[in-house]
Amino acid sequence: MRLQLPNPGLEDRILSHEELDKLETEEAGRGDRPKWDNKTQYMLTCVGFCVGLGNVWRFPYLCQSHGGGAFMIPFLILLVLEGVPLLHLEFAIGQRLRKGSVGVWSAIHPYLTGIGIGSMCVSFLVSLYYNTIMAWVMWYFFNSFQETLPWSQCPLNANMTGLVSECERSSPVDYYWYRETLNTTPDIDNTGGLQWWMVLCHVSAWALLFICISRGIETTGKAVYITSTLPYVVLTIFLIRGLTLKGSLNGVKFLFTPDMNELMNPTTWLDAGAQVFYSFSLAFGGLLSFSSYNSVHNNCEQDAVIISIVNGATAVYAATVIYTIIGFRATEKFDDCISGNILTLLNTFDLPEGNVTESNYDQVLHSLNGTYPEVIQGLNLKTCDLNSFLSEGVEGTGLAFIVFTEAITKMPVSPVWSVLFFIMLFCLGLSSMFGNIEGVLVPLQDLGVFPKSWPKEAIAGITCVLCCLVGLIFVQGSGNYWLSLFDSYGGSIPLLIIAFCEMVGVVYLYGIDRFNDDIEFMIGHKPNLFWQITWRFVSPAIMFVIFVFYFITKVQETPMYKAWNPESDNFPTLEEKEYPTWIFAIIFILAGIPGLSVPLTAIYKCLRNRCCKKDNEFKQDDLNTIAKQVQLTDEATKNKPDIPETADGR
Amino acid sequence: MHCCSHIILLFGQAICTVGDNCYRAVTFLKEGMLVWILFLLCQVGAPALAQDLCQRDAPNGYKVRISLKTALGEDAYEWNQSEMFFFQATMAFAMRRHFQMETYNVDNIILCVQTSRVSFWFVVTSPDNTTMLIPKADVEKAVRMSRHRINNAFLLSDRTLEFLGIYPTLAATVNPDTPPWLIVFGVVIGAVCAGIIALLVSSLLQKRRKEKGMTEDGQDEEDMQVKGVENGINLDGTYNRGFTDDDRFTKL
Repeated sequence: MRLQLPNPGLEDRILSHEELDKLETEEAGRGDRPKWDNKTQYMLTCVGFCVGLGNVWRFPYLCQSHGGGAFMIPFLILLVLEGVPLLHLEFAIGQRLRKGSVGVWSAIHPYLTGIGIGSMCVSFLVSLYYNTIMAWVMWYFFNSFQETLPWSQCPLNANMTGLVSECERSSPVDYYWYRETLNTTPDIDNTGGLQWWMVLCHVSAWALLFICISRGIETTGKAVYITSTLPYVVLTIFLIRGLTLKGSLNGVKFLFTPDMNELMNPTTWLDAGAQVFYSFSLAFGGLLSFSSYNSVHNNCEQDAVIISIVNGATAVYAATVIYTIIGFRATEKFDDCISGNILTLLNTFDLPEGNVTESNYDQVLHSLNGTYPEVIQGLNLKTCDLNSFLSEGVEGTGLAFIVFTEAITKMPVSPVWSVLFFIMLFCLGLSSMFGNIEGVLVPLQDLGVFPKSWPKEAIAGITCVLCCLVGLIFVQGSGNYWLSLFDSYGGSIPLLIIAFCEMVGVVYLYGIDRFNDDIEFMIGHKPNLFWQITWRFVSPAIMFVIFVFYFITKVQETPMYKAWNPESDNFPTLEEKEYPTWIFAIIFILAGIPGLSVPLTAIYKCLRNRCCKKDNEFKQDDLNTIAKQVQLTDEATKNKPDIPETADGR
Repeated sequence: MHCCSHIILLFGQAICTVGDNCYRAVTFLKEGMLVWILFLLCQVGAPALAQDLCQRDAPNGYKVRISLKTALGEDAYEWNQSEMFFFQATMAFAMRRHFQMETYNVDNIILCVQTSRVSFWFVVTSPDNTTMLIPKADVEKAVRMSRHRINNAFLLSDRTLEFLGIYPTLAATVNPDTPPWLIVFGVVIGAVCAGIIALLVSSLLQKRRKEKGMTEDGQDEEDMQVKGVENGINLDGTYNRGFTDDDRFTKL
């Protein structure tokens, strides 16, 4: 007995299989719905959306901090049990119902429109801050066209007597990132005003995005040929360069050395699950949209498996490349540290050069400590540990803009590597932005916010201008703090809720039987036992567990943020500060509204139906979509005698 | 040797004043021996005096530290007495360059406390009075002025030839008139604007072409039907408009 919730009127809201076939055979110019030029564009767009900045700066960190090679085990297991089924589900339902996220969920059941609206809200919030990261990447890219990279040395202070104090106490790369790029304020209450150079980069990022999305997939389909393939080229170049640098293999060994004890730690599994989920960009609505532009008989099962494999493989490949460079940097720092100590010893005891080398350093130090302990104490020699250099704060923006840029300054011909690296980051981010914006524009069109007569370019233009203006929050002095706020609360919990509702909605409201038949119609064979088990039990269970744990963790801890405060005691370590109380309202808006949109819309629709008491209440009167137009013309042609009437929509 | 001649003269004067009635033969011999003893003492004493001037932590001296292997690696030369002499000569040159009136010589630069690190102390005495040391500040000015020449003489740099206490002047950063990033930004934003304009123009043209094409098509069909042409075949007679499909004129 399959569990199936009652869903009257479903057949009236969706196209039947015959209607779908007819749509296929009709001329291309007839339908207003865009189509992919070829399969390659579709695959590259999906790969580009999934492969983003997270693969480069989140996965390597997780891998290294959760036991290296051992992390692959939970990652791969959860990829297969959580990532692939969810991906297949989104592709299949999008291809079957041929609408954007709002359209699909309201077709399945009007009470589920909230899922689509939630997806749209999350896509909007993520687009806002994601493009600011693009602006930062562009700023570094613009500044890479100089012989000496500006973050390789500290600037002189006003009297030209020494280096700027803030820079001297931290490091040139830290100073360049926090002061010359962001110009951060010491806490989130000080806005610090708009930073004009960042505003310019911000505007150019949005302008570039607008060009690429102005005509929907017509333009993005061409752009992805570059934005999705260039990162792989650059990663390969960096791999070759990285492997020839000294110390790179230390990094790779550190990354992949397995520590099996980590598998006992539940946080490892949670982090692996969350990483798989966010890495696939599920529940944004973008993948649903992209899939709906396919032909009906496209093999979505194959696509889902291929894209999952590509995503996972890219994460591992990127991690290897990143860690060769990090290994090089750590070895350089270690060598500098030891050389500094050796020099101090030589100078203090007036020993000839070459007497103390890296190999006999420990020996000599020990013997000197025996004979002159007070002198050695007074020297304050630094402890040099390669592992501590390898595990220095290497995730997120810190990895890209501080650690990696420092490594680049130590490589010969630095500007070339810098330009390549930031082009790669830009392409990775831009291709993800295509998916995010798709998840915003298509629901807006479906909801009828813009008049039908307006051209696509105008709608895209207005959305970009609006997002650009709202995004100016992130280019203030305190912009960095706002960005991490949006990232931790806007782009995490709501997605888990939406994905869970998606699975439940398709499997139990749309009906797993109907879904299986649809897939059989589309690709020719029924989905096998693996898909059945994962869709019905395993994946929703995993989503639920992850959501509960994350919710509990987030609610229990007091929200803190890390601030760059030159006046703090532990400078240059970031200062942990508590958020002010008014931030909680913002957090509620960020996490609450997309998450609560599912139940709230359901309640709203329910109340509206009850109070208005209309007939045919579940008909799609309010949604003016393509499917409806097709149905109308079908109705018109049905009146002519030469087309036979079908008894049942299936 | 100025100090020695001074001493001998003084002593000689002292001897002559003591005995007005000089017993020339004996005293001459005695004087000769005394002079000889004094001379010997001077040879020993002068360096001793110099050593008093130059010592570790001398108030008017500087410590110099040289790192040959760090700077030159395989091509490092050996630091020996000749190199020390060269250093004295270079410092004398630096002092001459700074104080243009005075003629410093190699003797005016006194070195001491040499170690195998290679480091040593030096002091500079005045050319007029060998017991007088040149103050630290003046030496520093002289070194700063000729630092580049001193470094180059030894094929070293500010980091590998250190005068402890004299910090190297920081290189002034080159500030170009237009920051380079603005140039790249200008190029990118120019390309983006050109792209946007091209896009809008092409979409306008497309729209106009579509409208033109639709009206033309409509016209053609009507004309063809009126002239009695259907499916490209000329029919006899004229087409009766009364039997046309009204749907053609009302578009959905």
